[in-house]
Amino acid sequence: MIAFILKRLLIAVPVLLILIVATFVMMYAAPGSPFASDRGIPPAVMANLEAEYGLDQPFLVQIWRYISGIIFEFDFGPSFIYRDQDVNDLIAQGFPVTLTYGFWSFIVAVLVGGTLGIVAAVRHNTWLDYTAVGISVGAQVLPNFVMAPILVLIFTLWLGWLPGGGWQGGQIQYVILPVIALSTSFMASIARIARASMLEVLTSNYIRTARAKGLPMRRIVLRHALKPALLPVISYLGPAFVGMITGSVVIDVYFSTGGIGQFFTASALNRDYGVMMGITVLLGTLTILFNLVVDLLYAWIDPKIRY
Amino acid sequence: MTKAFLGTTAAIAMIAFGGAALAQATHPDTGEALSENQSFSYRLLDQFPTLDPQLIEETAGGHVARQMFEGLLTQNADGTLRPGMATEWSSDDNQTWTFTLRDANWSNGDPVTANDFVYAWRRAADPATASEYAWYVELSQIVNAAEIIAGEMDPSELGVRAIDDHTLEVTLNNPLPYFPQMTVHYTFMPTHQATVEQYGADWTDPENIVVNGAYILDEIAVNEFFHLAKNPNYYGADDVIIEEITGYVINDSSQALARFQAGEFDMMDSLPPATYPRLEAETPDVAHSVPRLCSYYYVINQSESGNPALQDVRVRQALSYAVNRNVITDQVLQEGQAPAYSFTHWATAGFELPTIDYSTWTQEERMARAAELIEEAGYGPDNPLELDLIYNTSEAHRQVAAVLQQMWRPIGIEVTLSNYEWQSYLELRGNQNFDLARGGWCADYNEASTFLDLLTSNNSNNDGKFMNEEYDALLAEAATSSDPQPLYTQAEQILADEAAIVPIYHYTQTFVLDPTIRNWPFDNAENNWYVRDIYRVADGS
Repeated sequence: MIAFILKRLLIAVPVLLILIVATFVMMYAAPGSPFASDRGIPPAVMANLEAEYGLDQPFLVQIWRYISGIIFEFDFGPSFIYRDQDVNDLIAQGFPVTLTYGFWSFIVAVLVGGTLGIVAAVRHNTWLDYTAVGISVGAQVLPNFVMAPILVLIFTLWLGWLPGGGWQGGQIQYVILPVIALSTSFMASIARIARASMLEVLTSNYIRTARAKGLPMRRIVLRHALKPALLPVISYLGPAFVGMITGSVVIDVYFSTGGIGQFFTASALNRDYGVMMGITVLLGTLTILFNLVVDLLYAWIDPKIRY
Repeated sequence: MTKAFLGTTAAIAMIAFGGAALAQATHPDTGEALSENQSFSYRLLDQFPTLDPQLIEETAGGHVARQMFEGLLTQNADGTLRPGMATEWSSDDNQTWTFTLRDANWSNGDPVTANDFVYAWRRAADPATASEYAWYVELSQIVNAAEIIAGEMDPSELGVRAIDDHTLEVTLNNPLPYFPQMTVHYTFMPTHQATVEQYGADWTDPENIVVNGAYILDEIAVNEFFHLAKNPNYYGADDVIIEEITGYVINDSSQALARFQAGEFDMMDSLPPATYPRLEAETPDVAHSVPRLCSYYYVINQSESGNPALQDVRVRQALSYAVNRNVITDQVLQEGQAPAYSFTHWATAGFELPTIDYSTWTQEERMARAAELIEEAGYGPDNPLELDLIYNTSEAHRQVAAVLQQMWRPIGIEVTLSNYEWQSYLELRGNQNFDLARGGWCADYNEASTFLDLLTSNNSNNDGKFMNEEYDALLAEAATSSDPQPLYTQAEQILADEAAIVPIYHYTQTFVLDPTIRNWPFDNAENNWYVRDIYRVADGS
């Protein structure tokens, strides 16, 4: 088990390196520059800017500086756009925000989605099933960029209960709307996966045996059916969790939370090379880590899987 | 005893507090009843990249810098010059300028001296600072600026010196009558040398920053908000009514408007597309449209790489005549924009527009003439001229481009529209890989040359490569003339005759403002606002 974890972590190192190099190459090849503007910067000024950020160096020097900075100093370099900040600052400020609303979204999505899915499966083809399926289909087709304005319309403009955006250090009233908007579609997916998987498990032979023995339904579901039914849900949850805690462009843009989600597109569009690389490395690391966690959870749930 | 004492203290405190509140309750000049809430908050479209005056290169950061730093000169509500750190300024020859500074302190108590300006201006030009706005120092014609930026001279050679603590002398390469206007810009605001040198890139952090303006940075969360507090060490602090400023970064305009309407902040610009007419009709005291010194136009590629037909003036004129600008301003954009027949914005200070012939024609007359011209040039509906048009991705740009396409079709010009994201678009436009390209240009200072210089032969932003010796000569003459306005008028006439570009419209700034906020500088065509001039009146007054 320990050996398995170590092996996976060792493999992660070259994977991350490949990720960094591939991203760097794509970034290098992309047209445009972080300093381009419709003002048309004079060549002398542009040369000074490029020298400041090392962009005048050959490709290999640039990429070596970048990778060695990360490895030896854990320094992701400066932001090319936010000149008062470096990439570490930006991530240190923004990641706690997305981690907070992403974590709560995850909890809400799992609890509500899981419950809906299981109830729907257990009460298959009853009004409870139809209601749960209806809710999850509704939530699925309502993307968060539609949800967000609707939520602000209802809770901020009409009812005046909650602020329409901001973060203010993560006070509860600022977290509620982002969590609802972000968790909805994940919740719907979890409900559908949980329902399908539970239905399958409930029709399997060993559950029929348990029923034949006269065990109460409640005990069958909780004791025998739940764990195996969770397997597909868990393989979905690993990447979903990473997706949630690294935030969402839509949530950050609509609710001005100051999270790192918006950097995904903004840094690419602005050619803010440093931030783009930092975010990619962060996302890559978390994805590798949580895929490992999912694999370990598998072993715990399914006795047939051993490492 | 104790109880009685406490009671008395409380009563005295209440009287003192109430008295103070009463004393502040009316505006000293207008007598309007002031609100107890003297805070001002507004929405920012995007996070500003920096608050370092020498590094700022966009408007959002510029607005904040204007509250925290005070340059030699500032602007009145109508955009005219007003003393800032300098109380007097003069020049005998428009080439050597002398500024006399007032007694004022930085927020840490240090005096503001002429050396603070010398330091800041050298810093702006210094290659080691790597400022995108170093070119502004060069544009201002200060002696040796270009050589310093190119790394050929030491920054200490810049043509600016402190004669004494209160006297600053600036030497220019050639006479520039509007140099004082240029000192309003954030690039020329002073910075506190000791603070910059001690903290490096972190000097603008709230715990380190030292300012000389009316407000000081108190808190900032990137992409979320920032908060400024009143600077008690500002020389004019007694006249400043607004106590605090908060800016909220909200990218999405509809979301921002909903939050404005829920009362979360006092002002926002960049309204969602097509909402202004409705807002203006429903809440005329909240929605405003004012001139903004930017021009929207189409660049015509007249270089070798463009369609050769575009080197024919008849084709260019036909392109310009066929555009029904009123349809674009009144039916597509609907924010009070003015149809443009000139490059220079109509509201530019001192600028007098020439009578451009085709601006007085009816659209039918223009279309008829355009059809004639294009036929003379050898094209027509049966033998259409095919052109590539590029624009940067945006709903409004797409709409304008689509309308233009329809307007050009009847006279036999078939345009293919391509949109690119901003960086790719700049690359294509800068390398003349287009026939027609959307262009927008905003004034750096309130004088016609900020527009007209762009189309001189050697200007690096002349993406259409319009080349005209007579035009270049006029602009060169204007740069040293004591009365350049007639020359600008002539230059515009050349642009119109040669159809150097296709002017489309002159911008307006549309915004919503809480009606309790008073003294907003609606007439400042550069949209420079100083929160120290505004105040909030009590509800109902």
